[in-house]
Amino acid sequence: MTAQIRPSAAACPGCLAVPRDAVDEAPTSSRLALSLPGIHCQACISAVERGLNATPGVTSARVNLTLKRAMIEAEPDVRAADLIPVLGDLGYEAHELDLGTLTATQGDKAGRDLLMRLAVAGFASMNVMLLSVSVWAGATDATRDMFHWISAAITLPTIAFSAQPFFKSAWSALRVRRLNMDVPIVLALVLALVTSLWETTLSGEHAYFDAALTLTFFLLAGRYLDFRTRAVARSAAEELAALEVPRAIRLSDGVESEVSVGELSIGDLILVRPGGRMPVDGEVVSGQSELDRSLLTGETLPVFAEQGQGVSAGEVNLTGPLTIRVTTVGEDTSLHRMGDLVAIAESGRSRYTSLADNAAKLYAPGVHILSALSFAGWYLYSWDLRTALNIAAAVLIITCPCALGLAVPAVTTAASGRLFRKGMLIKHATALERLAQVDTVVFDKTGTLTAGTPQLTNLADFKRADLEIALALAEASAHPLSKSLAQAAGEAGITAAAVSDIHEVPGYGTEGSFRGSRVRLGRAAWVGAQQSDVTAAWLDIGDEYPQGFMFTDALRPGAEAAVQALLGAGKQVQLVSGDSKGAVQILAARLGITNWVGEALPEDKVERIKVLSEQGHKVLMVGDGLNDTAALAAAHVSISPASALDAARVASDIVLLGQDLTPIAEACDVAHRATKRIRENFRLATLYNVIAVPLAVAGLATPLIAALAMSTSSITVSLNALRLR
Amino acid sequence: MQVLFYLIPISLVLGGLGLLGFLYTVRSNQYDDPEGDSQRILSDEWDDHPKP
Repeated sequence: MTAQIRPSAAACPGCLAVPRDAVDEAPTSSRLALSLPGIHCQACISAVERGLNATPGVTSARVNLTLKRAMIEAEPDVRAADLIPVLGDLGYEAHELDLGTLTATQGDKAGRDLLMRLAVAGFASMNVMLLSVSVWAGATDATRDMFHWISAAITLPTIAFSAQPFFKSAWSALRVRRLNMDVPIVLALVLALVTSLWETTLSGEHAYFDAALTLTFFLLAGRYLDFRTRAVARSAAEELAALEVPRAIRLSDGVESEVSVGELSIGDLILVRPGGRMPVDGEVVSGQSELDRSLLTGETLPVFAEQGQGVSAGEVNLTGPLTIRVTTVGEDTSLHRMGDLVAIAESGRSRYTSLADNAAKLYAPGVHILSALSFAGWYLYSWDLRTALNIAAAVLIITCPCALGLAVPAVTTAASGRLFRKGMLIKHATALERLAQVDTVVFDKTGTLTAGTPQLTNLADFKRADLEIALALAEASAHPLSKSLAQAAGEAGITAAAVSDIHEVPGYGTEGSFRGSRVRLGRAAWVGAQQSDVTAAWLDIGDEYPQGFMFTDALRPGAEAAVQALLGAGKQVQLVSGDSKGAVQILAARLGITNWVGEALPEDKVERIKVLSEQGHKVLMVGDGLNDTAALAAAHVSISPASALDAARVASDIVLLGQDLTPIAEACDVAHRATKRIRENFRLATLYNVIAVPLAVAGLATPLIAALAMSTSSITVSLNALRLR
Repeated sequence: MQVLFYLIPISLVLGGLGLLGFLYTVRSNQYDDPEGDSQRILSDEWDDHPKP
């Protein structure tokens, strides 16, 4: 990132137009990316592109509607903060995306590579099938030989190119003396090609070139589907991560400059504005404010911060600007240290063997033994190497896991697509299978079951006159409690009283004077009230004992429905939170959860998950905070909302994109049905083998039968998967 | 049967042209934004002359 030096007075976005003189060795252009969640049509594309291109400094702008993103080439001093208001004026919500995060894990090349191989295999298999159909239709003698030779000329280079992924994967498995699904595939391909070439040179009747190609094509299609599903999830997850641009405002000799967090070093002074998140661990040097720690500890009560107080990365500054001296950076921050806990706990997922792996374990040795036995049997019976080899090849081809290769990816693609439309992102390949086994759901409270926004509970206890004063004071502050109070009072039709001299005292509250007497709205200690267990803001109008506005954390939409649906499905639901016991109890009672724990440390959460797992339960953990990450990783499967901390999203298998929690219950149901379909698919594939294998072993299988068995089983399996959509 | 000597090469070449066309579209990023491309056709911005 380019360092932008500007006077510290220019704190508002509008002041950014002030000419900046110190841009050291400027690159000739910069690239910016904006996320545009609201665009949906051609008019949006034109409006956004026209608006951006008309902005001075922008060289070119291009909107990608599929990704809902705009890529901008601009002069180096143009920043995303300058462009966001431009789009805001046009009526489009825009957020900056961190290009470093977006391009870091781009799997585009791998997908393109796979698509090319698929296309070549498709082209070749259609051509060879055309020639094979003529042979089956009755071409004989020289014509048949010619067709076989042409087929061979197409097939050999195609297999050499298209089947490379299978060769590589089989080789890497064999090298460590293991068998995977790709070993029998490669063996079948190689054996089919060798016997077919041999037959062709001897003017034989049967060649399996078409079978080898269709096999490659179907298997590649399965691979590609699998890849696409994960690429979609990955790019959406990447976008979530890229929305948090890692930047900080560094103060050097009273001058503010914006730098990336990676450039900070210990001892630097940084400024964190109200609403900003602490980028590093540090110590408050000046300023007073309140800190929201809910993402780290689950506490909903904000903590008072003043000079000398230590702060941790991830805390949110609520009211006043704070100057922080950096004490730890990068890997040493408390945010990253939590990663160690995750690394230890990371076992829930590695213990699990997927259904496909289980099938491969049974299937690969079985097929090899069957094929070897038929080879040996026919060789001993006829003493004819050619016949025996032909039959062994036919057995391998017919049993080849075409349908098995499609069985899992076709289902997961359909299920993931369905859940994606409901706002769920399946990040891990086996997440659905694991989700289907879940019998216990553990929820975190703050930010997961609750929305993290306070809701006023006792508006009716106040006199109208008092409310008018409170509203006047609340409107002057951006503190979440003030905002909530102002909104609630506004909805009740209250109008603000004429309070004069209103000013905010960062870390304490707002103060003003009303009819000659001082009025205050803020922390209990500041107005002389008793601190309570519940989140509260206190109103002091001078004449009597301060009155408290009580707040409760608003429930996330769908929280009740999700918990009810999970309980209804016979699952055990638990609530584990780092918040105070009183607050947890109230919420548990409201949602009908009988099993709850409050004041839980991150270690307690992991311990609880471990104990449940040891009792044989399959646990689904739903959480969003840093204190949940280890528990998320330890659980059998885990879900985090999009608003969660990056670390928590990385640790979880599924990300909930919307605000609503209802999809969780549906996801369990879809996962259940998906695994049922996968098992059905395995059974279907086996059924085809049960019919076709005896024919092959008896030496009755022809390339036509092989082609029919392969295609019909692949198509039935795909159609069965489509029933999920 | 002589006709085969024309028809087989022709079918292979035509198929190959299709394959090359597809590979070209993949290489030139034409599948990056399918939704946007289907919407852009409705734009009347460069109807009179191509974008310079």
